Amino acid sequence: MAFSSDTHRLRLAVRYVVLCLIAVIFVFPLVFMVVSSLKPDQQLLADTASLRAFLPVGDISLDNYWAAFRRAPVALFVMNSVIITGVTVALSLFFCSTAAFAFVFVNWKGRDLILSIILATLIVPFETIAIPLLLISSKLPWIGLDGVTVGWLNSYRVQIIPFIVDGLTVFLFVQFFKDLPSELIEAARVEGASWFQIYRRIVMPLSGPVLATAAILKFLAMYNQYLWPLMVVQEEGYRPVMVGLQYFFQLNRAWGEIMAYLSLITVPVLAFYLYLQKAFIASIASTGVKG
Amino acid sequence: MKHLSIVTGALLASVALTSVAQAQTTLSMWYHGAGNEGEAKVLNQIITDFNASQADWTVELQSFPQAAYNDSVVAGALAGNLPDILDVDGPVMPNWAWAGYMQPLQIDETKIANFLPGPKGMWDGKLYSIGLWDAAVALVTRKSTLEELGLRTPTLAEPWSLEEFNGAMAAAKASGKYEYALDLGMAWTGEWYPYAFSPFLQSFGGDMVDRSSYKTAEGALNGDAAMAFGNWWQGLFTQGYAQATQDPADRDNGFGAGKYAFSWNGNWAALGALKAFDDTVFLPAPNFGAGAKIGAASWQFGVSAKSAHPDGASAFIEFALQDKYLADFANTTGLIPATATAAAMTENYKDGGPLSVFYGMTEANALVRPVTPGYVVESKVFEKALADIANGADVAGTLDAATDEINADIEKNAGYGH
Repeated sequence: MAFSSDTHRLRLAVRYVVLCLIAVIFVFPLVFMVVSSLKPDQQLLADTASLRAFLPVGDISLDNYWAAFRRAPVALFVMNSVIITGVTVALSLFFCSTAAFAFVFVNWKGRDLILSIILATLIVPFETIAIPLLLISSKLPWIGLDGVTVGWLNSYRVQIIPFIVDGLTVFLFVQFFKDLPSELIEAARVEGASWFQIYRRIVMPLSGPVLATAAILKFLAMYNQYLWPLMVVQEEGYRPVMVGLQYFFQLNRAWGEIMAYLSLITVPVLAFYLYLQKAFIASIASTGVKG
Repeated sequence: MKHLSIVTGALLASVALTSVAQAQTTLSMWYHGAGNEGEAKVLNQIITDFNASQADWTVELQSFPQAAYNDSVVAGALAGNLPDILDVDGPVMPNWAWAGYMQPLQIDETKIANFLPGPKGMWDGKLYSIGLWDAAVALVTRKSTLEELGLRTPTLAEPWSLEEFNGAMAAAKASGKYEYALDLGMAWTGEWYPYAFSPFLQSFGGDMVDRSSYKTAEGALNGDAAMAFGNWWQGLFTQGYAQATQDPADRDNGFGAGKYAFSWNGNWAALGALKAFDDTVFLPAPNFGAGAKIGAASWQFGVSAKSAHPDGASAFIEFALQDKYLADFANTTGLIPATATAAAMTENYKDGGPLSVFYGMTEANALVRPVTPGYVVESKVFEKALADIANGADVAGTLDAATDEINADIEKNAGYGH
């Protein structure tokens, strides 16, 4: 018994050591980023040759953060990205899940063909459709406070609407919905529930994991948008964080400010992850109870 | 009664002011300097002064980060959304003019007669853009380094020859004091390669394209002179004088940290080098046989083809060409003022100023990059070829392949209008 217990402890210790090493590998770049954001450029560059790069030692201050705010409207860029990303994620979860619901649970003519076409868009890189999309977006009408205007350039909508529905998110929902017990849906239909009631009261409450996964993937894709906003936004007021990052790449690069800016724009990403991590675990737990 | 007259007066004044404001036509302007506080300050001052100086036009500025600027302009052109005034990197201008993004400037060319040649953006015999400054590259080192290595200090009149340059590299390496003899700036990809390194090729007698016709690179990029350049270029790396792959941190900080004996760098980094060592000197480009050469032409102002008010846009650009603004830009950014009279108004470039040597280098050695719409492709092909050769690729094969690629592009674009 004692031998078995010792072996178990040893295995546990080895496992923890390996996990800690892996965690360190993943955390080190973040530590480097935050620590470097506190150092003046000369010290930052000199420290890269040693372990001091990961330690908040030497001439530490928040100067790079103040300088970053002076160089670029950081708060505006973060706010823009949060708005664009948040709205797109929310709308995407709704429209992609309803589309997937229709593909999985509702019988209609041409269903498989349409689904195949949507899935086929997965193999089309965005770069290949960027220019046609730009030409279309620049000519589309819009009804707003100024009445009817032509052209979507320099707006939030041009950064949101084209990305609400995408093949990958629809695919994720389709795959997840296929694994849900069909008896639940059939029973609800027998009880007289409408399709939307089934979607809202039965399918969605069971879809926590796929909602979290789809939200995370969509969030990252939208938060990291660079090419599209570069093409469609000329006004500073609508620029997102990744275009804003370019403000710091001058001929003489201010590495400390770059690290400060990166640290600041990472905050919403981490917050979103932490929030969804809880939702993810809770959804699995509740699904288990119901199951 | 008194109150009534005050109110009436205020109303009349506001109506008058509104009328003036309404009479002014708005000119939109795009600029590449977002994030550059110094440039933004000077440019905003010019715009404020211009708007206040006359009643016809109001310039409104939209700044872009430099790395994103060219793509934004191309996207804007596709979407039919270009501004009235834009700025353009000198060597890119012919492409934008040829592609129909820009129109010739309506300014009196006698007003730019005293400008350095680099800032004048000529295409198809017409002035399309004009710059307020130029940039220059020098071989940065320390006086004490030259003395320790027993090297002659080169001058504009008597630059180092190929043998002297190679001797300097060998001496720096043999001294054992430096990680590498030369910091070429290999960490700076993109336009740095054609801007900083094509003058070496031109000094050997080659070029990126045959400038007599601009219809082929044959002989220019793969002839004897280009081969000699390619072998010399590769030798810098095989002999351990320079590194083919460089950490950006070393580019920014390596010379100041004593890792390199020499650094091939621009005047925009010169003040930092002077701060690092009080005996920093800026040496002129070497002469490899066909004369000493450095790149020329930096960012310039132009008028978009779509502008409905080219007269107003040109009026603004002409207004910006005053010496005081050229001097302000130079004082703020460290770039070289476009005229000698403006240079004399600056601390750095006036006679005896710490950077005055750069003005002389530009005057004596500057050569604009190939003035052709095809440059945007040629520069990328050149960059890749140089990076490949630095990393050990066969020199003849690489230059031949680059020549073929450039020729194919010229053919595909029907000679780019040459």
